[in-house]
Amino acid sequence: MAVATKAPDSALPDPILIVFNRFGLGARPGDRDRLAGDPRGCLKAELRQPDIAMIAYDDPAYADLLGSTPAIQASMAAGFQRKLDRSLTTAAHTTKAAATAMTGAAPMPSAAVKAKVPAGAPPAAAAKPATPPVEATLYRAEAQARFDKALRVEVGFVERLVYFWSNHFCVSVAKDNIVRASAGAFEREAIRPFVLGRFADMLMAVERHPAMLFYLDNQQSIGPDSRAGKNRQRGLNENLAREILELHTLGVGSGYTQADVTSFARILTGWTMAGREGRLGEPGSSVFNANAHEPGDEVLLGKTYSAGGMGQAEAALNDIAIHPATAHHVATQLARHFIADDPPAAAVARLVKVFVKSDGNLRALAAALVDMPEAWSTPLAKMRSPLDYITAIRRAAGPGPTNDPGPSLNWLNALGEPLWQPPGPNGFPDQADGWASAQGMKVRLDIAWQAARQVKDIGNPNDILDAVIGSSASPQTREAVARAESKQQGLALLLMAPEFQRR
Amino acid sequence: MSLLCVPPHPSRRAVLTTGGALFAWAYLPRFARAADNRDPRLIVIVLRGALDGLSAVGPVDDPDYAGLHGDIALSLAGPHAALPLDGFFAVNPAMPVFARLFKANQAAVVHAAATGYRERSHFDGQDVLESGFAGPGHVATGWLNRALENLPAGDRVATLGGLAVGPSTPLVIRGAAPVLGWAPQSLPAPTGDLAARVLDLYQHRDPVLAVALQKGLDADRMALDDQMNGNVMKPRGGLDSAAGMRQAAQGAARLIAADDGPRVAALAFDGWDTHVNEGGATGRLATLLGGLDGAFEEFEKGLGERWKDTAIVAITEFGRTARINGTVGTDHGTGTVVLLAGGAIRGGRVIADWPGLKPAQLYQQRDLAPTSDVRAVLKGLLADQFGLSATALGDKVFPDSAAVKPMPDLVA
Repeated sequence: MAVATKAPDSALPDPILIVFNRFGLGARPGDRDRLAGDPRGCLKAELRQPDIAMIAYDDPAYADLLGSTPAIQASMAAGFQRKLDRSLTTAAHTTKAAATAMTGAAPMPSAAVKAKVPAGAPPAAAAKPATPPVEATLYRAEAQARFDKALRVEVGFVERLVYFWSNHFCVSVAKDNIVRASAGAFEREAIRPFVLGRFADMLMAVERHPAMLFYLDNQQSIGPDSRAGKNRQRGLNENLAREILELHTLGVGSGYTQADVTSFARILTGWTMAGREGRLGEPGSSVFNANAHEPGDEVLLGKTYSAGGMGQAEAALNDIAIHPATAHHVATQLARHFIADDPPAAAVARLVKVFVKSDGNLRALAAALVDMPEAWSTPLAKMRSPLDYITAIRRAAGPGPTNDPGPSLNWLNALGEPLWQPPGPNGFPDQADGWASAQGMKVRLDIAWQAARQVKDIGNPNDILDAVIGSSASPQTREAVARAESKQQGLALLLMAPEFQRR
Repeated sequence: MSLLCVPPHPSRRAVLTTGGALFAWAYLPRFARAADNRDPRLIVIVLRGALDGLSAVGPVDDPDYAGLHGDIALSLAGPHAALPLDGFFAVNPAMPVFARLFKANQAAVVHAAATGYRERSHFDGQDVLESGFAGPGHVATGWLNRALENLPAGDRVATLGGLAVGPSTPLVIRGAAPVLGWAPQSLPAPTGDLAARVLDLYQHRDPVLAVALQKGLDADRMALDDQMNGNVMKPRGGLDSAAGMRQAAQGAARLIAADDGPRVAALAFDGWDTHVNEGGATGRLATLLGGLDGAFEEFEKGLGERWKDTAIVAITEFGRTARINGTVGTDHGTGTVVLLAGGAIRGGRVIADWPGLKPAQLYQQRDLAPTSDVRAVLKGLLADQFGLSATALGDKVFPDSAAVKPMPDLVA
């Protein structure tokens, strides 16, 4: 290769690339020029904006969104209707069969069936196939709002924090229809309001949210010695208790025991969601069911939590939220996400200190990340996650905001990061290995090509390169884009360039 | 054959010990005895989420089983009767292919097995299972990849590398030895020229991405050639669905059946974490087991002539509680099953030193106690199929595991 001017690897990474790749969601044309003057300042500015993380119900752009309670109610009603339809269909078949058997003749076309359906009932079977299930409609509306927001924000640091915490406290829509209907609302209600608030508050909001109670089975967990436990043959389920300790707070190997898990599971009994009949409260809302709560004191991590209904778990969660192991776990994960797969120990230590000193203030932690010298000196060696990648593509080259979340959802599926559908409660991977796989890179190439071909008026790919990657583009990247055989190919090359893949 | 399971017996453990000692001198790995025209393959299926071994292969004749496993216990009676294997154990009725292979001596079960990991975190458990290290915290390379790496230089199996199926590479096959990645295709493909240009750029600027993309393109080309022969594959479902498992196996079988295809492959199937309404002979777990059974069938079909030299092993990070929990599911436990299938397997056997299910016999009074080490099974397969030495297996492939001897005679 004749162009021997290899970029000096020892040089500090371009601060604007740090802003948009490491901390943000990718530069839109014009963003680099606008924010070039003060890279740290523009990140801090996002942290100061009140409500920057919120997607508001009253915004007319998001008229299709529902709170989790009405969303779950809609899902419960639809589920009930589906069940009814199924039994009607079965009944209809049975009636037909019976009629045939009795008369020995061909069944009268639907007359016998119609008689069984109450007058005025909608023709269920005929109308149904055209309308998608309400859960799918809600999921798509939520996805739409989330993609929209990602395209509109200036830098996207706070959105990245939202995605980080949403993955930390993940739920999966594959669990069941209730979670599919409420996963978006869960993020808007339990994650977004707290990303610049206190960790303890987010923890509390998450663990009592119906989507989480459903996802990790706590709505079914019943204290064996509770009134409900004695009446029914159901009992404890330790799933939520274990994952709170292992994934949400203390972290695995931090010293808790199986006895702690079981005891915490007993403490959490009664944290549930009100059912369709509304016996415990407004259907679909989070409630405490004293009848299912295991009575008695419990010892967790060496401390006794006296019997006290819902307050017992609240007290335990408040203690766990500020436990030193939690501070270390959260600090490590943040540093891993924003700095490097193997985060520098000094950076983690500083974040731990901020966590402890600020009582788990997440705005202070985010600001500390921005102030960290390692954040500006560590090479951009992580891979953009699929969500990051497709967002960066759309911000750089389009498509801009649309009314159809389908294409982006399909891209995420193909890349192995389907929205709100992680393979397990530990969420999607956060290390380069997880995303730089052979199959993953092949799909990225397909997507880059698809995106490039969809752009209506590309303009000059060299100009887009300047606008999106700027002066830190390597000579080889610059040359590859300049020599492309078509504008589409030039844009696709830019979207595949290491400077566009790495963060 | 003393390793065949017989109903629990007071002196059973003693008998087994003697058996093991006898084998120590009589045993030669299958590889050493092999005629030169053998062309062995090893397929590893990782079942992520912790498979309930007691619902996959139920000890239906154990007097304590039905009481512990409650409504979801398998039974030889009723409309969904389990399929008997040997009078003591029966396999879930969702697995007729496995039962058929077992009868044909091409499938076996190792029961009450676990890795050396004794905590109950999925993620650490999977890391231990897949990395092959004695404890968690090693996530760079997996034992299957290190097995390739530790074959003699120039060995054909090592040269051909491994196959990783799915959108991301399972840890078990990550590492320095070459690995091909493949997953069912779903997007329109760009021109080859763009791919060549991106590769060229990566070779100059980002060698890691160059290697990854090259592998992805290679795998795609192989699968595409196959599609031109009329085998069109459309994505059917994720690897936590029965259809997805079957499809992944179908595609993998084609790639590894090829003369110049990889001889080892790793697949990861998700969804085995059955805390709630697990179901027994029917229901959620049965649906997944049906998917796994479908995968066995696709491998049998797709490998054709190669099936006779193939060993498939399905492993999981740990088992689940012996007693069902309060929500008709099971929580994280310890001992579980290893399922073996393939023409190379010396099948028709449930290999188990059965610990029993009385409260005092359970591990920590809650889980099926482990009496076999999963690593012993894996070592046995690697020794028999590829001739890896006990030393390499004990030091390099499964570090610090010299005490865990390869299980002899797994391959016919």
